[in-house]
Amino acid sequence: MAELTIQTREEGKVNIIDLSGYLDAHTAPQLENVFNKFIEEGKFNIVVSFTELQYISSAGLGVFMAYVETMRENNGDIKFTNLSESVYNIFDLLGFPMLYEFFKDEKEALAKFNEQGKN
Amino acid sequence: MNKKSAIFSRRLTVKSSTENLIEIRNFLSGIADELSLPKDLVDKIILSVDEACTNIIKHAYGSSPSEDININVKYFKDKLEVTIVDSGIHFDPSSVPPPDLKKYVKERKHGGLGMFLMKELMDKVKYSALPGGQNQLKLIKYI
Repeated sequence: MAELTIQTREEGKVNIIDLSGYLDAHTAPQLENVFNKFIEEGKFNIVVSFTELQYISSAGLGVFMAYVETMRENNGDIKFTNLSESVYNIFDLLGFPMLYEFFKDEKEALAKFNEQGKN
Repeated sequence: MNKKSAIFSRRLTVKSSTENLIEIRNFLSGIADELSLPKDLVDKIILSVDEACTNIIKHAYGSSPSEDININVKYFKDKLEVTIVDSGIHFDPSSVPPPDLKKYVKERKHGGLGMFLMKELMDKVKYSALPGGQNQLKLIKYI
């Protein structure tokens, strides 16, 4: 049984990660591999979609904490969309909304990247 | 009935591998179903125990996967108490400072958030070094 499924897609200059299942200390390295690959390939505009994510622990949040600076140094970012209330509450408790952008849906996050690209 | 005695208790022993975190969560979820506990309360307990066990696996046992983690859940009239015992390196969670997310982002840190989450989500987190060298972490949530 796959505890975490990660799928990636491209929308113009933005790479979208679709997460489903359970993101914990056991599965977080799978997500780290995806970020490492993006960095190798010079892809720094990332949207993470949580539509199908059932569960997250701090090990999952730690992945976003560890990689966002590299993305921003390369004029990119990690933006979050489609979080359930329970998943958002964990991000909120740890203060992520002060440092990261959250969107209700993917289109808004993509629009934000496109808007930034024009500056 | 003595109000201090548990109405219900269950035990689980797992090996110290992160692949067993799902078994720990399923164990707690099964207890919550049996006791018909509210979902938001159950979510907090499951995440806190996951964080505690992740810390034990990574820090107390240094990611060695063949050590034991004992989890004992007791349900009282007014609270749920989860006691987690390991035989790894002593580690007192109360010694961990609150996380500085801005700093952690700059330092590209992967961890350092779990203990804070546990303390925020539970009503009490009590660490004791047991005679014989074991560590005991007691997580309490009032109902």
